[in-house]
Amino acid sequence: MLTTHELTRKFGELTAVDHLSVSVAAGEIFGLIGPNGAGKTTSIKMLTTLLPPTSGTAEVAGYDIVRHPEQVRRNIGYVPQLISADAQVTGYENLWVFARLYLIPRAERDRRIRDALEFMGLSAVADELVKNYSGGMIRRLEIAQALLHRPRALFLDEPTVGLDPMARDAVWEQIERLRERFGTSIVLTTHYMEEADRLCGRVAVMHRGKMVALGKPSELKASLGRPGASLEDVFVHYAGAEVELSGGYREAGRTRRVAVRLE
Amino acid sequence: MSLSVSSNAVRGTGGAGPFERVGDFVRQTVAIVGYEARKLSHDPSELLFRVVQPALWLVIFGGVFSTIHAIPTGSYSYLQFLTPGILAQSVLFIAIFYGIASIRERELGIITKFLVSPTPRFVLVGGRGLSASMRGLSQALIVVLLAIALGVQLNLTVLGLLGVVLAIVLGSALFSTLSMIIASIVKTQERFLGIGQLLTMPLFFASNAIYPLSIMPRWLQYFALANPLTYLVDALRILMLPNGTGLFPLYVDLAVLFFVTLGLILVESRLYPRMAQ
Repeated sequence: MLTTHELTRKFGELTAVDHLSVSVAAGEIFGLIGPNGAGKTTSIKMLTTLLPPTSGTAEVAGYDIVRHPEQVRRNIGYVPQLISADAQVTGYENLWVFARLYLIPRAERDRRIRDALEFMGLSAVADELVKNYSGGMIRRLEIAQALLHRPRALFLDEPTVGLDPMARDAVWEQIERLRERFGTSIVLTTHYMEEADRLCGRVAVMHRGKMVALGKPSELKASLGRPGASLEDVFVHYAGAEVELSGGYREAGRTRRVAVRLE
Repeated sequence: MSLSVSSNAVRGTGGAGPFERVGDFVRQTVAIVGYEARKLSHDPSELLFRVVQPALWLVIFGGVFSTIHAIPTGSYSYLQFLTPGILAQSVLFIAIFYGIASIRERELGIITKFLVSPTPRFVLVGGRGLSASMRGLSQALIVVLLAIALGVQLNLTVLGLLGVVLAIVLGSALFSTLSMIIASIVKTQERFLGIGQLLTMPLFFASNAIYPLSIMPRWLQYFALANPLTYLVDALRILMLPNGTGLFPLYVDLAVLFFVTLGLILVESRLYPRMAQ
């Protein structure tokens, strides 16, 4: 479903993603973890055609991200870390514009929108302005929008950042149902090890642009050779010492803004 | 629930003929304009506030300058001369800050969703430019009604009004695309508002909106001729005034507006995707 070959992105001197080679199978939920600035979001931006790679290639849903970006876009869904639902219109209208941009035929449009809203448990609030939604509802609306055109691969960048535990649980359930029902491949980034542990078939640990570990959560934990090791221990083992050095003001501001807006 | 797994292809995954492609572009453009219309319909307060400024210009500025006969306006009264100028000015003022929406959408994350959809960049940008004309047209309605209330003689034929609509659509698209270009370059609200303020007055004064080119010093005339607002004012004067004549033939005015807009859309189509990087 998705394969990268030596995928690399530089920003000036900084190598944000450094020769990333990885494959994600159809129907797999694949986690990217690592400290801020490890290259998770940059990787996703390249795979979703928002950012051209400096070198290397990737294929998503059978299409090269550089040579056929429009074909890739037809076949993927993306929920960015920042808020992407528009507060000025209703939930239905948020989906309506994308149903039209994805050229879903008129006869099917309304049914697809209603189905996606129902699948995400938003039917009751479909005609309310999104500015009155709770944080969990906004996230679910964003996922509903990304599902409208039945993407083969779905990219979720920190899908539960800023959500309270109940809302987080609801989003997790929807993600699992989504994979079960449609066999969608899902790539997600997260800072919550609990999330990676629960959802992901495999997890890649990124650090300074490189993939430093890859495997099932159970394998990664076992690889530490300590009984009772958690995924948190895996994270700290590979990236822990540097956590406080990365990110920076801008990133901190963005993350907090998302958290505040979703509350 | 009747979602089926197999029908994941949306429609025509490429290989469609050129006519179908063009049809898709039109449908996507209409989608964007329709979406912006829905946004406006949920909160039309902006349009209401916009009544004030053209009213002040027409009633106070126009009123005072009519009485002193300081500006040579040929066979037209000063208010007649001024009305198309104030309309063009309102279109400029409302469009030049349109880019603030892209900055807001970038700070949120909305922009990325549009950019990962299979909508060509020039459709995303052109659609937004066309959407801005809804605001411009609301100004036209206000200015024309005000002018009628003030007893200004206007050429109110159907053909003339259709021409006014076309000129305003072009003018709005032009200045709102320029605004989006500025937004794509400066990226922050503070800098954007600063540059917007900096631009509006020179564009307004270095144009034929409130006085004819003929009374300007020569150097200012050159600026005015390079200023797209001059062509918008000129077109509106030809269309709105009884037996209106302009500096240029109407088709020249409209062609200038059209090609400048097209150029700006192409530039912004390159810059816009960087807002998500």
